[in-house]
Amino acid sequence: MSSNPATFPSSINSPTRNKLSKEKLIELGLIAIASTSILIVGLIFLFIGKEAAPFALEPGLGALFSDTWAPTSMMKESFGILPLISGSLVVTLIASLIAVPFGVCAAVYIAEVATPLEQKILKPFIELLAGIPSVVIGFFGLIVLVPFIKAGFHLDSGLTGLVGGILLALMAAPTIISISEDAIRSVPLSYKEASLAIGASRLETIWKITVPAAMSGIMAAVMLGIGRVIGETMAVLMVTGNAALMTLNPLESVRTMTATIAAEMGEISFGSEHYRALFCVGILLLVTTFGLNIVARQVLKKYRMGA
Amino acid sequence: MHRPWRLETLSTLTLLIAVISLFFTAGCARKDAAHTPAAKAGVNMVTIKGSDTMVHLVSSWAEDFMKTTPDIQVSVTGGGSGTGISALMNGTTDIASSSRDLSDKEKTQAAQKGLTLKEIPVGLDGLSVIANPSNPVKALSLAQLKDIFTGKITTWKAVGGPDMPILVYSRESSSGTYAFFQEHVLQKQNYTKSARLMPASSGIVEAVAADEGGLGYVGLDYAEKAQGRIHILGVKPDAESTAVMPTVETVQNKSYPIARELYLIVPGKPSEAAQKFVTYAISKEGQNIVQQSGYIPVQHQ
Repeated sequence: MSSNPATFPSSINSPTRNKLSKEKLIELGLIAIASTSILIVGLIFLFIGKEAAPFALEPGLGALFSDTWAPTSMMKESFGILPLISGSLVVTLIASLIAVPFGVCAAVYIAEVATPLEQKILKPFIELLAGIPSVVIGFFGLIVLVPFIKAGFHLDSGLTGLVGGILLALMAAPTIISISEDAIRSVPLSYKEASLAIGASRLETIWKITVPAAMSGIMAAVMLGIGRVIGETMAVLMVTGNAALMTLNPLESVRTMTATIAAEMGEISFGSEHYRALFCVGILLLVTTFGLNIVARQVLKKYRMGA
Repeated sequence: MHRPWRLETLSTLTLLIAVISLFFTAGCARKDAAHTPAAKAGVNMVTIKGSDTMVHLVSSWAEDFMKTTPDIQVSVTGGGSGTGISALMNGTTDIASSSRDLSDKEKTQAAQKGLTLKEIPVGLDGLSVIANPSNPVKALSLAQLKDIFTGKITTWKAVGGPDMPILVYSRESSSGTYAFFQEHVLQKQNYTKSARLMPASSGIVEAVAADEGGLGYVGLDYAEKAQGRIHILGVKPDAESTAVMPTVETVQNKSYPIARELYLIVPGKPSEAAQKFVTYAISKEGQNIVQQSGYIPVQHQ
């Protein structure tokens, strides 16, 4: 600290030049740090692609479009990822059906109706929900939800896609709530004032003016939430029973793409067809979540709402 | 006017320097790691990875072994027999524990990498077929088990039980138990697609305990510990013969039809510490622990 005063006078003498060179240096450094994440995403695509690519030659990408996932069969191995896609689809659809209406309504309430005190209580709890590790949510599902669903629907077993979907809804809701809430808050006050001034009730204003005006932000929130749902692994691995059935019935056991990778990656031998097939599943997952993120970002950008 | 700007610049610079020096120290730390005493002590570290079935057994061994040999640290992880064997080939573990023998595929892979792997039988296990306690079915034949697990039989009625669907529980495909069952009971045919694959043996026990129609398979150790919450089915080698329950005697005299050997797998030239552990495992003390853990000791040659 004692040497600092000595350096100050020199910078006072030529503030502009020093400022320029220093700022340039800092800027370069920060750009380098910031772009590592781009580099990492690029490298992930590159290396996953590299591991998956040989599958296209032998046994060929056509092998993926079968309805049997039996990668360790001792008779004939089969790498049909259609049941895995249907599995991911079932849990994602259920999660969306629950989390979207729930999340949007909660966001509307927090942004438009809640008193400051309610906000103070609600918001930290929603953020807390986002921070619960998925394995803990999975554990909760296994102990509480699986027996509950089994009894409720008179099923033979509670290990179903439905339980997976409900748990994923719990994980997607915080994302949807916080981003939707921001979107609703950013609707100009003048819209609401105009609506109330021409005699619309508070409820009418919320549903017919505020929410439609914030729709783009809400859509982006939904897509980011769904992105998290598709990529989630641990909770679904624990509660869905992991049978690779080709089904859209939520009361059946399902095997998701993520659970398949997590369960099988440890065992396979490096460079085998099974190994390549799992990387193909990985690419499909990556492209799906990447696509959802890009669409969400475009929607946000179109309406000039951050990011 | 100027002061805030300068302070801001300074703090940014400090941050930048901090980040850069972080990178440097991180780089140095990695280089240094090879020379630290911790790495030298690594000579006396033995890691054992593999079979979930054997995790209890190997941990008990490790505990007892470290008592008498305090200069060797043993760490034990599960993950499945296949996981352990690939880890052994990739050089990330010293010993693999496996509830099945090496597959031909694994042998060729090891040969490609210039490795010879030694399988050392260290115990026997009777694979127990378990059902819900409310289920009146007391025994199944091997042929019935095969038909159930491949999906040809789907209701308990077809095997003399109540009219309810059979819920098939299996381990994940990374499990040695999965592969053993597929080879010896399913005769290499595929599991039924509606088999629910559980990430752990305890998961199968929980599911079978909860679901009236549940049917699964686990190691004898797991099954015996869960007695009361599940019941162990007898297995008939063929339709006419009497059912055999998995016990120490029936597994050792080979009358129980789904028994298997448990192995420790080591590279052709194991480290001194790994060799010591294997020698201990097949010694009298080691085999006592096999028995205490609910498995069956190997007969000494």
